[in-house]
Amino acid sequence: MSEILSAPYVLEYTYTRSTGPVVGRFLENLRYEVLEGVKTADGRVLCPPLEYDEDGEPTTGEFVPLRPSGTVKSWSWVQEPRKGHPFDRPFAWALIQIDGTDNAMVHTVDAGKAKRMKTGMRVRLRWADEKNGTIRDIACFEPISPFLPGPVHLEYEVKPGKHYSAYLRGLQEGKLIGGKDPEAGKVYVPPRGADPMTGNPTSEYVEVADVGVLTTFTIIRIPFEGQKLTPPYCFGAIVLDGTDNPIYHLISGVPHDEIRMGMRVKAKWKPQDEWETSLENILYFEPSGEPDVPFDSYKEHL
Amino acid sequence: MAEQCAVIGIGQTKHRESRRDLSLPGLVRDAAIRALQDADMTWKDIDSIVIGTAPDMFEGVMMPELWLSDALGAAGRPIFRVHTAGSVGGSTAVVASHLIQGGVHEKVLTLAFEKQSEANAMWALSPVIPFQPQLVAGAGGYFAPLIRSYIRRADAHPDTGCMVAVKDRQHGLLNPNAHLHLNQTLAEVKASPMLWDPIRYSETCPSSDGAVAMVLVSEKHVGRVKNPAWVKGTSVRTERTFFAGRDQVSPAAGKLCAKDVYDEAGIRNPLKEIDCAEVYVPFSWFEPMWLENLGFAEEGEGWRMTMEGKTKLGGEMPWNMSGGVMCTNPIGASGMLRFAEAARQVRGTAEQHQVEGAKVALGHAYGGGSQFFAMWIVSSER
Repeated sequence: MSEILSAPYVLEYTYTRSTGPVVGRFLENLRYEVLEGVKTADGRVLCPPLEYDEDGEPTTGEFVPLRPSGTVKSWSWVQEPRKGHPFDRPFAWALIQIDGTDNAMVHTVDAGKAKRMKTGMRVRLRWADEKNGTIRDIACFEPISPFLPGPVHLEYEVKPGKHYSAYLRGLQEGKLIGGKDPEAGKVYVPPRGADPMTGNPTSEYVEVADVGVLTTFTIIRIPFEGQKLTPPYCFGAIVLDGTDNPIYHLISGVPHDEIRMGMRVKAKWKPQDEWETSLENILYFEPSGEPDVPFDSYKEHL
Repeated sequence: MAEQCAVIGIGQTKHRESRRDLSLPGLVRDAAIRALQDADMTWKDIDSIVIGTAPDMFEGVMMPELWLSDALGAAGRPIFRVHTAGSVGGSTAVVASHLIQGGVHEKVLTLAFEKQSEANAMWALSPVIPFQPQLVAGAGGYFAPLIRSYIRRADAHPDTGCMVAVKDRQHGLLNPNAHLHLNQTLAEVKASPMLWDPIRYSETCPSSDGAVAMVLVSEKHVGRVKNPAWVKGTSVRTERTFFAGRDQVSPAAGKLCAKDVYDEAGIRNPLKEIDCAEVYVPFSWFEPMWLENLGFAEEGEGWRMTMEGKTKLGGEMPWNMSGGVMCTNPIGASGMLRFAEAARQVRGTAEQHQVEGAKVALGHAYGGGSQFFAMWIVSSER
């Protein structure tokens, strides 16, 4: 069988369009970023304006200025734009009822994602930078958000105070400092200045061990805005030996499913040359290798 | 108490993930108008307004009560703001009731709100502070270790939290105002992802936009209202977040607050003398924890009541008939919603989630690191 003959053929010609008094005025106005509708004999407003309405009646020639916003009556999402489409990114074709009119205009909505499109959504007109008196002087419509960004930025100077500073300076030297109420004998890490139970000053500083009991914990698997650590990570309450309140830190160096209440843990310090006045000098707590302690021995700290 | 106080008007918004249709003034107005209509009153009838919301960081509006005063008809009237973190909705209602009981005002509008969609509570609760690592991850990160402690201490059935979630969501299906309407099975809840082990996604409350308002009046203004909810007891207690030997699972402040409110209302046995309760349960495991803390169950036994279905509508002691915080959580309003839903029960206006014949109900709220507690007992009888 012989090959079927085939050749490309392009038919191209620029015609002249006589826009008439109604559509012509509408398009000419677009050059000046003016949006108008036309009134029909029965009092409706059409945009885009028509010379003759769907009942065959001539429109009145009376023009009405319009606000460049409207409501999406229907839409169709274009995920992969084709050659000749007004966008090279996903967009929607939509029927848009301009506010104050009784019909709808076919145009585009630059919504970014199909998820943002909704029948009934409010849109505003975006003008094209370059205008030539065609419907494309309207670049597209874009979603109107009822929200305004409300940025808040506050600057503080944090002064940790006498007792917390003593604790932080201890950390800088690789020590954990607690505050002791000599009367009640309770040791708080960090020192609080006063024993919350007695009101007595925790006047005595004591160095405490960097080992203790993991009393309880959680594995955090949820990501959130501003998070510095990458989930999953374990956050635990540790009662250091010789203290009476838990401190909170990361638990690491052990698979998550082997972390237990009552596990003995030890601080894992950063290299000494990186020490600062921060609890961040301790990277995390890890199993000390000692046997677990019985529940009764730490149940007062839950 | 010089005066008796009664709730004669209750109004709430429909609670949703985002009330984009309403501004903050529009949101509080919506609840306030409904409460006034329910009380058959107008703005002119109100002597003062007591308003509560969560810490300002949650919405980023400093002192919103000033901005909202016009929307609440507060021109020429006193308006008070109450601050007690998550328990604020409860303590706001308590402050309002005290104005009546103390004879300061006779007709008080009280209101609580939150528009979580405009902010990020998780961010606000997880600040990066100088000198310390960022460790906590929102409220769930804080409460998950306490829940683990409870489970260990009570040797609780591991499904208890999931059972509460299923139950509260079933209740929420009966409440058209609830944010979540989820018909979930136990298997579905158990299969939901762990966020803060041992708390699963389905065992946490949602983030909601919403507001709730109540009109509280002294006895002489109850008038012809057929079904007022009489405030029989109120209490607020606090404790510090950290001290040696603090019981974070069943805080002393919660026990003291419960004892105080029961004493004031003349209740000796809450399980027998209270018909139902709306209790602040933002993570499902807090139901068994609070059953014990509030004296509805012996220590270590709360989870059994849940597992036996006693806290369901139709059970021996229905809890969170409205779906509770597990279905609706506009943080600042969540406490007052508990108080308002308790009042609806004894007024007999709880519609589809009404406990038949409910006469005495408990409203409860807590906040902070389980530090702030607010409760009231309302009754259909004076």
